[in-house]
Amino acid sequence: MADTFEIQDLHVKIEEREILKGVDLVVRKGEVHALMGPNGSGKSTLANAILGHPKYTVTSGKILMKGENILEMETDERARKGLFLAFQYPCEVPGVRQSNFLRLACNARAGRDMDVMDFYKKLEDKMKVLDIDEKFLKRYLNEGFSGGEKKRNEILQMMMLEPEFAVMDETDSGLDIDALKVVSRGVNELRGPGLGILIITHYERILRYINPDFVHILVDGKIVKSGGPDLAAHLEEHGYDWIIKDAEAAPAPVKG
Amino acid sequence: MSTASPDQVLPGAYKEGFHDVNIKALHKVPKGPTHEVIDYMCDTKGEPDWMRQFRHRSLDLFLKATIPEWMPGLRDIDYDAITYYASPIEKSARRWEDVPIEIRNTYDKLGIAKEEQKLLGGLGAQIDSEMAYHNIQESLSKRGVIFLSCDDGMKEYPEIFKEHFAKSIPPEDNKFAALNSAFWSGGSFVYVPKGVKCDVPLSVYFRINAEQFGQFERTLIICEDDSFCHYVEGCSAPVYTTNSLHSAVVEIFVKDRARCRYTTIQNWSTDVYNLVTKRAFLYKNSVMEWVDGNLGSKRTVKYPSCYMLGEGGHGEILSLASSDKGMWQDAGAKLVFFAPNCTGRINSKSISGHGGRASYRGLVQVNEAAQNCRVQVNCDALILDEISRSDTYPVMEIDGDLATIEHEASVSNVSEEQLFYLQSRGIKKEDAVAMIVNGFIEPIVKELPMEFAVEINRLINLQMEGSVG
Repeated sequence: MADTFEIQDLHVKIEEREILKGVDLVVRKGEVHALMGPNGSGKSTLANAILGHPKYTVTSGKILMKGENILEMETDERARKGLFLAFQYPCEVPGVRQSNFLRLACNARAGRDMDVMDFYKKLEDKMKVLDIDEKFLKRYLNEGFSGGEKKRNEILQMMMLEPEFAVMDETDSGLDIDALKVVSRGVNELRGPGLGILIITHYERILRYINPDFVHILVDGKIVKSGGPDLAAHLEEHGYDWIIKDAEAAPAPVKG
Repeated sequence: MSTASPDQVLPGAYKEGFHDVNIKALHKVPKGPTHEVIDYMCDTKGEPDWMRQFRHRSLDLFLKATIPEWMPGLRDIDYDAITYYASPIEKSARRWEDVPIEIRNTYDKLGIAKEEQKLLGGLGAQIDSEMAYHNIQESLSKRGVIFLSCDDGMKEYPEIFKEHFAKSIPPEDNKFAALNSAFWSGGSFVYVPKGVKCDVPLSVYFRINAEQFGQFERTLIICEDDSFCHYVEGCSAPVYTTNSLHSAVVEIFVKDRARCRYTTIQNWSTDVYNLVTKRAFLYKNSVMEWVDGNLGSKRTVKYPSCYMLGEGGHGEILSLASSDKGMWQDAGAKLVFFAPNCTGRINSKSISGHGGRASYRGLVQVNEAAQNCRVQVNCDALILDEISRSDTYPVMEIDGDLATIEHEASVSNVSEEQLFYLQSRGIKKEDAVAMIVNGFIEPIVKELPMEFAVEINRLINLQMEGSVG
């Protein structure tokens, strides 16, 4: 229990439309899960619902982090407990300096004011891993960042905040191959017994750099198939059509 | 005297809202704007005849002038209930120790005495009608920089004074300029000689202590060719249940290739009508920068302006207004071009919350002689809740050829996506709101001296408490 992140029969709607129709998934610390699926299957809805985006309403089901139901918690409380979301479209916050933002976030996560020197030392190290220039600290949060810079910034935050469970929402989208390698390097460095990761992706490409332990396929708001890394390779070759047809023929949710 | 606890008036505790009962007026004049009060002032101050005549003429203009239709929320001012001259001091001190103890106490509470310790070129402190203190660093006075109360400026440097006084803002300009011209008292007289750069700011703090009072300080700044100065002013008042009036006039002359920056952090209590006329005349290749922060008052009507009289000048106005409960900030800027090849920029940011109202009112006027001028106007408004309001009234009158005018305006709320993003990093909602709002005003705050920047962030955070539900 203490090492699991568990989604149980999760139903989520936006406005009046039901998007997730009963998702079950268990991620243990130390594991990397990939959640794949065609456009519109509800992948991003799942990511946002996990962190409690106000636009998404959970109508039934549970999300248990280390046995505790987080659905009643505010977004910031979930984050302080060790949950992290790497955004597909990180938003810009003009006028807020990267360095200030990162320090506030780290202090919030730590529950105390970190030593400033320690903080900058750690930040410097992580920035090196991600090939981020130090000018970056003086820039405003995501403002005017290229797509690649934004994604690297997400991974930097993840490295700084040291979550216990992380959801990465289409981190690979819009990245060229070099940026993808850098981002993957950061994630692989984080990978270890203290972190469970759920990588949400449309394409198999990122999984060549970050090898998942499990692969799940989400179609129309439900996980219709789960398996090992070979499932992703199979998808790459055959596309999503076969699985959609299978799902229509025999809807059978599989627990991960 | 009735005072209200500041907590009753503002949600976030206006720490400047105290009122010191030990400060007693030495001069008492009957209420109301009358010619008798003017004569009393001229006699007390020992003013020259031309000034007495100027004041009387200005009062006639004030009594005749009407408030323009577009000037909002001023109809309920009761001019007869206001005291037009009140002073707890005999004369302006040059040494802080010579300032009466009860006035020093007030300034200690406001943290102004501490200012003196810091690196300032000069410090002035006005209480009610008169300057209690005015001093300048020796290194600056040796280089010929003059920094006096406006009254002393008139007495000690009559020629420079008369040459500039009321030349950019005559009493005919508007009703409140006329009112100030009739009852002006205190304010600063700054003269920076040719080529002298004041590398440290001259700072003045304006304090109202009396109730139902009108403060009419008058500031005259003259920057001769190739000179530079930065003038910084702050202001506050006790919280009363009655209204007071602050109607200043600030005239600045920036001569050839000179540069002047004028920074204001206005934090009047919410019973003060703040009706101010500020204007700079810019000569050849000169630069004027107004940094205007309006955080307090019941009403503010103020549009710092640059009149581009010489070729190649640059006028810039950064305006920041934060409107909380019971406030209406009608702030903005004016850029008027009379000469070719000039540039101008207006950057306005307003925040309204708790039912406050913020308006941007701007004028860009390019006259026929002003060929090839470039102007950039940005005004952004952030509205924190559904009961608050923001308006934009930009006026552009372009007659000069080859003018390039850009105007951008935006109105926003604290966005759900930004909040979600920050909260997803463990930052609490109220801290996230504060971050977003402080980020919104950052382009202006970063132009402020450090201690002002810190103070402004503190005030804005106070005003925002509980704003976004």
